Amino acid sequence: MFRSIKNMVGGLLGWTESRSGVISFVQPILTHRVPRDAKWWYVFGSASLMFFSIQVVTGILLATMYAPSAAEAYSSLQYIDQEVPFGWMLRALHAWSSNAMILMVVIHMSQVFLHASFKFPRELMWMVGVLLLFCTLALAFTGQIMRWDQDAYWGLGIGAAIVDRVPVLGNQMRNVMLGGPYIGGATLSRFFALHVFVLPGLTIALIGAHMALILKNGISEMPKPGMVVDPKTYVEEYEERIKKTGVAFMPDAAQRDMVFCGLMLIIVGFLAWYLGPVGPNGIPNPTIIDANPRPDYAFLWIFTAMALMPPQIETAVLLIAPPIVVLFLLGLPLISNRGERAPSRRPGAVLAYVLIATALGTLTWLGVVSAWSPVMDAWTSLPTPVKYLVGRTPLEMQGALVLQHSQCRNCHSLGGEGGLRGPNLDNVGSRKSWDQLVRQVQQGGGNMPAYGKNLSSAETTAVVAFMTTLRNAGAPESSIPGAMERQSSPDQAPKAVASEAGK
Amino acid sequence: MSCDCSNTPSNQPAQTPPPSARRGFMLKFGIGLMGIGGAIASIPIIGYAITPALKKYKNSWIDLGGTEDFPEGETRLGKFTNPNASPTDGESAEQAVWVRSYKPAQFQVFAVNCAHLGCPVKWFQQSKLFMCPCHGGVYYEDGSHASGPPPRGLFEYKWKIVDGRLLIDAGRLPGLEQSV
Ligand code: FES
Repeated sequence: MFRSIKNMVGGLLGWTESRSGVISFVQPILTHRVPRDAKWWYVFGSASLMFFSIQVVTGILLATMYAPSAAEAYSSLQYIDQEVPFGWMLRALHAWSSNAMILMVVIHMSQVFLHASFKFPRELMWMVGVLLLFCTLALAFTGQIMRWDQDAYWGLGIGAAIVDRVPVLGNQMRNVMLGGPYIGGATLSRFFALHVFVLPGLTIALIGAHMALILKNGISEMPKPGMVVDPKTYVEEYEERIKKTGVAFMPDAAQRDMVFCGLMLIIVGFLAWYLGPVGPNGIPNPTIIDANPRPDYAFLWIFTAMALMPPQIETAVLLIAPPIVVLFLLGLPLISNRGERAPSRRPGAVLAYVLIATALGTLTWLGVVSAWSPVMDAWTSLPTPVKYLVGRTPLEMQGALVLQHSQCRNCHSLGGEGGLRGPNLDNVGSRKSWDQLVRQVQQGGGNMPAYGKNLSSAETTAVVAFMTTLRNAGAPESSIPGAMERQSSPDQAPKAVASEAGK
Repeated sequence: MSCDCSNTPSNQPAQTPPPSARRGFMLKFGIGLMGIGGAIASIPIIGYAITPALKKYKNSWIDLGGTEDFPEGETRLGKFTNPNASPTDGESAEQAVWVRSYKPAQFQVFAVNCAHLGCPVKWFQQSKLFMCPCHGGVYYEDGSHASGPPPRGLFEYKWKIVDGRLLIDAGRLPGLEQSV
């Protein structure tokens, strides 16, 4: 019985093979030899590919339920989340697997850079890989647009505003990007076409090229100090070594890939189930002014850079930096294609990597906190801490009200709550004297707007009186001369209010 | 497609006769036909793709409502539908502006789009400031820049009053190169 099944399968395989040659095509791919020391460092490329496959499958399914029309996209997403069986889980998988894919691509690229695997003869593999990185990011950006929520709308607005800054052709380029002078149905449609046809097609083609190059050049060995790449002799030596010590990809390397990919898939599946789909956050109606747009993780560092860059150089950086980055990444293996591969012999490269990684990581973290953004509802949603009101005079109490009411806390925190844009005010009375506070409130400065025209002098007096009471326990009022004068004539402040009120 | 490989002797099996003139002609004819066909097919493709770049989108005067909707001394949100709206735009076709009336029948109409990178600025009546949620741009009540990254004040629309209605000159999402 068993035997006859085996015969049947064998016969079927033979029949197929004789007509398609599929086995003789696949077999060398599966059994191509890889270096013996290619161990866990080498699993990230496979994991990127696996997550891309997940994206293709979940993406196709989502495309069967999503309505790529600006009028209906938002409600179709809610329908998918709430009504379609497993719809929410598919959206969640698509979102979290996309994050995972970016992470895997970045780790894979880091490994290749740190091990200098991009050197001869693998320059083209690196370049194709760089293009794949950009495809991945472009897929992530266009995918964020598919959510068609406030983040998507204003994210497009930011993109449009950047393109608009291109000299001469900016307006035309922007109109091509948006499909007209405004963000609307045409915009979503063209980003949909990019997201589901153009970019995946391009990515699949590039993955094909990446793989073909792997088979042609073989994967690189773990770098060893002193083992230099010399284009004249490398290929011969590599083949020699692989013949002697190499192992078959299947199963020696593939088993590790499988273990890792399986583990990642379980983690991402769990995350998707546990965290659920991402967005949509708020109806994309531009008249809803309360939007608080944020990009997805992969783009938070750009968001931060936009907030922290000096305005004078911003346009220049926005327009010049991207082509430089692209050219540098693509050209890297042309600049350096021979010599040492071991990180210990390439301190400059390692240092550059650490710097870039730290910068991107820091910018991303700053973007999560986004301290520069006012907390728009702080003034209505956060109470003044009670301890700051105990034992205060009526004037100081009034000042607390002014502080609350004038949106000061959108940028300044009290008791650990409120905006982070300006310094916290918990002990501002110890840092600044009465006169300094008045000047700061009225004239602004150091990134604070001037409130001179926006507060009456009575309000200013009150809010300053309140702030001078905000001191570390037991600390005296700021000991700068102005403060001392104030202290010596404590009745002066109420007088100012009285005269103002009398007017 | 671009190479003339058929004439290269090395590509010819040893016994075949030399390529006839007719065969060379056929190849060139084929390439020519493909070229013409491709050119015809690319007219709509390229035409469609660059239309948004070539088309002149005109501004028009758009009614924001009666002037009584924007009382003196206040800054209020005005809404309109973008004049270029298509049926598939849905709610994204709606647009907003901040209308400030500082004297009787005197207005300033600001784009809600931050002059930095276009996020929606919000008006705070009490502190008389516009604040941007994205990178912390802040503007004074007259639209001038108060703090943060924006390189200039808020974009202003041209406005006029016709029969007691406030009209603004709008036709494009405001941005740095051409304001509104
Ligand atoms: S978009 Fe308003 S500060 Fe950047």
